Amino acid sequence: MMSEIQAANAIELDTHSLRDKLSQLASRESIHQWDLGAACSTDSSVQIDHGEAKQMKGAQRSSITVRVWNNKGLVGITSTSDLSEKGIEKALIGARQASDFGNADDVPAFSTLAKSPLPKLERPLRPAQGIQRMLEVLKEAEADLLSRHPAIQSIPYNGLGEATYERVYLNSDGALRQMKRSQASLYLFARAEESGRKPRSGGAIRLALGSHDLDIDGCIDEAAERTISHLDYQPIDTGCYLVCFTPEAFLDLIGAFSSMFNARAVLDGVSLSQRETIGKNIAVPFFSLHDNGLHPAHVGASSFDGEGTPTQKLCLINGGRLESFLHSEATARAFGVPPTGHAGLGAKVSVGPDWFEVSKTEGQNSANTHLQHSRSKETFVLIEGLNALHAGVKASQGSFSLPFNGWLVIKGERVSIEAATVAGDIRTLLNSIVNMEAEQVITPGGVSPHVWVEGLSITGEA
Amino acid sequence: MVSTYTPDQSLVHKAEALNRHWQPQLELLLARGRTAGADLVEVYLEQIDHLSVLAEQDTITSVTPSFGRGAGIRVFLGKQDGFVSTNDLSDAGLKHALEQALSMLGLEVNEAGRSSFNGLPNLRDFAIDKADWLNQCPELYEASDRLLNGTQLLDQYGTHLQVRRGSYARDWQEVLVAASDGTFGRDIRLHQSIGLNVLATDGEHRSSIGRRYGTSGRPDDLRKWDAETSAKEVCESAGTMLYADYVDAGQMPAVLANRFGGVIFHEACGHLLETTQIERGTTPFSDKLNQSIAHEAVTAIDEGITDGAFGSLSMDDEGMESQRTVLIENGVLKQFISDRAGELRTGHQRTGSGRRQSHTFAAASRMRNTYIAAGQHSPEQLIASIDRGLYCKSMGGGSVGPTGQFNFAVEEGYLIEKGKLGKPVKGATLIGEAKDVMPRISMCAKDLELAAGFCGSISGNIFVTVGQPHIKVDSITVGGR
Repeated sequence: MMSEIQAANAIELDTHSLRDKLSQLASRESIHQWDLGAACSTDSSVQIDHGEAKQMKGAQRSSITVRVWNNKGLVGITSTSDLSEKGIEKALIGARQASDFGNADDVPAFSTLAKSPLPKLERPLRPAQGIQRMLEVLKEAEADLLSRHPAIQSIPYNGLGEATYERVYLNSDGALRQMKRSQASLYLFARAEESGRKPRSGGAIRLALGSHDLDIDGCIDEAAERTISHLDYQPIDTGCYLVCFTPEAFLDLIGAFSSMFNARAVLDGVSLSQRETIGKNIAVPFFSLHDNGLHPAHVGASSFDGEGTPTQKLCLINGGRLESFLHSEATARAFGVPPTGHAGLGAKVSVGPDWFEVSKTEGQNSANTHLQHSRSKETFVLIEGLNALHAGVKASQGSFSLPFNGWLVIKGERVSIEAATVAGDIRTLLNSIVNMEAEQVITPGGVSPHVWVEGLSITGEA
Repeated sequence: MVSTYTPDQSLVHKAEALNRHWQPQLELLLARGRTAGADLVEVYLEQIDHLSVLAEQDTITSVTPSFGRGAGIRVFLGKQDGFVSTNDLSDAGLKHALEQALSMLGLEVNEAGRSSFNGLPNLRDFAIDKADWLNQCPELYEASDRLLNGTQLLDQYGTHLQVRRGSYARDWQEVLVAASDGTFGRDIRLHQSIGLNVLATDGEHRSSIGRRYGTSGRPDDLRKWDAETSAKEVCESAGTMLYADYVDAGQMPAVLANRFGGVIFHEACGHLLETTQIERGTTPFSDKLNQSIAHEAVTAIDEGITDGAFGSLSMDDEGMESQRTVLIENGVLKQFISDRAGELRTGHQRTGSGRRQSHTFAAASRMRNTYIAAGQHSPEQLIASIDRGLYCKSMGGGSVGPTGQFNFAVEEGYLIEKGKLGKPVKGATLIGEAKDVMPRISMCAKDLELAAGFCGSISGNIFVTVGQPHIKVDSITVGGR
C-alpha cells in the first residue's frame, strides 16, 4: 500500500551526522563560523476529473542552505538539494566563495536567541492515509459537490494532499533546532454555468495536521454555497461604496502590505513605515493586529525561524498604534531590540510574517456595531476574495487596484457582482474602518473578523 | 567592487553530466515500468546551477548561489498518470520513485515479466555546442560591476530616488529526457536576466518602476545589456509617474504599447489555448477550432524558436523539438498549445510545449514566446483613432481565472484625449473576459517587439516571452479610483 511505501521511504535528516560532517569540513577549510538550515519533505497528492483519477503525485524533497563567515567577517551562502557529503562540501566551498562578495555594511550574526528555549507546539504528527484512500475521499467529495446544483458542471481545480516536513537549524556555536510536522490540504473550486449566462466559480480550502482531520463536509458546503451564490449576477455601477471584507479577503490585503511591519523593508527604504512610525497611530483605535505563529489553528506553525530564533506572538498594532516591527537578527540589532522569530536564512536575511491575527482592541468599540454582514440593511459591497494581488498591489506606494469576487447587498439581499475592481490606499483604508464584527473567523491564512470600510472605489462593467 | 577573486563558475561537477552514459540505467527503468503494465514511462533528469546577485544603492547586498539535481518519473496508464519526483538519483532512489508512480496507478513491478520496450535510440543531443556555456557567462565580479554601474546610472539620471536596485539572475539547467516511446533527448538551457528598479518619493508622492531584460542561450549577453538606456528609461518613467493622478475608472478604449503589452494576449487568451484548460473545461474556446474568436486584425503565434528569446528552447521538457505554432490567424483559431498529456486527453497534437519549472513538476502545456503579429498601422494612428481613452505604456503582471476572466495592472499609463497623449495616470487595472475582448482588438501597429517574463501556473514558474505591436482595444474595463 502507498502509505507503507511512504513510511518506508520518508526522508529523515540525521542532524548529528550533518553537524559532524559540516564541522569536519569547516575545520579542514579553516572556516570558524558557519550555520546551516536544512529541510526535507515527503508528500503525495491526488486530483480527479468526474470520478476518475487524473493525476497522482508524490515527491521527496531535501535541501540545505549553508552560511559561512570568512576571515574578514563577511558572509556568503549557498543552497543545494544534494545532501550527500560531496554536496555539503560543495555548498560550504560555494558559500565561502560567495562570502568574498559579502556586504560589509550589513553582516548578519547568530541570533542571540538561537539557543533559547523553544515554545511548545501541540502539533502531533498524523499518519498518511495513502493515495488510494485519498482518491476515494476526493471522488466522494467531487460527487457530493456536483450534486449540489445542476449548474455545477465540473470541479476543475481540486486536490487532496498530505505531507510530512522536517526542518533543522544548527550553527558552529552549538545551536541545534529540529522539528517535524505533518500537514494535509483539500481544495475544491467548482465551475457553474447556466444557459445564456457567463460561467461562475467558487471554492474553498481546508488545512489540517493530517488528511483524517480535514473538514471535508465543511469544504464541500462552503464551495457549493459560494458557487451557487454567484450564479445570479449583475454588473455593478462604478462608484464609492461601503465595503465589508470577509476575513479571508482582509487577511489577504493586510498580507500584501506586510512590508509596513517589516523591519527589513523599513531599513531598505521600501516600506510605507519608517523607524519613527513606531508609536504612531496608523489605524482606527479599535483595530489591533498581532503576528501569531503559535496560534493553535496555524497548521503550518514552526517553533523557530530560519536563524533559530523562537517563534512568538508579537503585537504589531494595538489600538491603532504601531507597536513593533517583524525582525531578523540583523534588523533587530539595527533597531536595538531582540529578534522576533521572523527571519529566513541568507547573506541578506529576509523577514516575513507568520500568521496574522486581526482583532478588535480590548475595550474599544466602533460607533457602527450595527454593521453586520449577515443582517445589515445598508447597501454595501461584500468582498469575498481578492484576486491578482501580485499585480494589483503596490506595496511600496500603498495603493491597490484589485479584481474581486463578491456581492452587492441591498436591504439584506445579495446579488453577485459580475466583474469589478476595488481600489484604494492601505493607509487610508486602515483609518476608514468603521466596524469590526465580533466573531473571529479562523481561515487557512490567519484569524480575522469581517471588517467594514467606508468609501472605497469600485469599478464595475455597468 | 574591491574583490578580484574569481570563483569557479560552475558548482556542478563536470563528471556528473547528464548524458548518454545514463542510457543503460534509464532503459532498465523504462523496461521495468513497461513490464509492470504502464502504457508509457517517462524519466526526466535535471541538474541546475543558479546564481542571483542584488545591488542596492552602491553596494552588492546579496549573492545567492544554489545547485542541485533531481528526477521526475511519470507513468501513464490510459488517460491517468502518476508522477513522482525525488532528489535521490541513485539506482535505488530512481527505482523506488518508479515503484511509487506505478503503485499510484495500481501497478506493480513484475521482476519475471517481459517488456515490449526495445530500448532507447541514439541520444538526440541538443547540448553538444552548449557544454561550455556556463563558463562563458560573466563571472561574479563582472556581473556585480555591471549591476553597480546600473545603480550608479540610476543615481545620475534620476531625481527623488529613495531606492535604487539592480538584480541579475543566471539559471543554468541540464536535462535528459527518456521515455518508453523512444524519446531520448538532452539539452542545456541558460537563462540570464538583469533588471533595474527604483522607488521615487517626494512627500506623499511615490512611484516604483522597474524594467527587466532577459535572454536565453546567450552566455555573453549581459555584456551587451545597455545599462545607460535602461537607467534612463526607468528614471524617466519614475519621474513621470511620481506626480501622476489616479486614473478615473470606467469603460474606455485603450492602446497597449508593444513589448510587455503582450501580457494582455498572454492572460486573456494564451492560457485559454493550453490543452490543460480544455482538460479542465475552463476555456470558452475548446470547441472553436477553425472558428473566429478574435478580430480579423489579430494573428497570434506561440513558438520556441526565436534566437535568444526568453521562452525559446531546443526541445521541450518532454523531449520534443520546439516549433512555431500559429494559434490564431486573422481572427480564426487554428491550433491549441499541447503537451503529451494534452494530446492523450484532448486529441490535440503535441506542439513541443510540455514545460515545467523543475523536476518536481509534471510537464504541462505552457506558452513559450507568445505574441500578436505585426499589423499595418503606426502607433500614432492607433492613438489618433481614440477620442477619450487610456494609453498603457508599461504593464505589470496579470492573471486569468477559471471562468476566463483576466486582469492585469498598468504600471505607466496616459490619458488619450482627442487623439493625443495627455497626462500620466496610475493605479489602473484592466479586467475583462477573453471571449469579449479578443474581438475588440481592432488595430495592430507594425512595431512588434518581445519582452522577457515569467509565468506561474500548473507546472510552476517558467521563462516566457510576451510580445505584440501597439494594439488598440475598442473597449475595456479600467479599474481605478
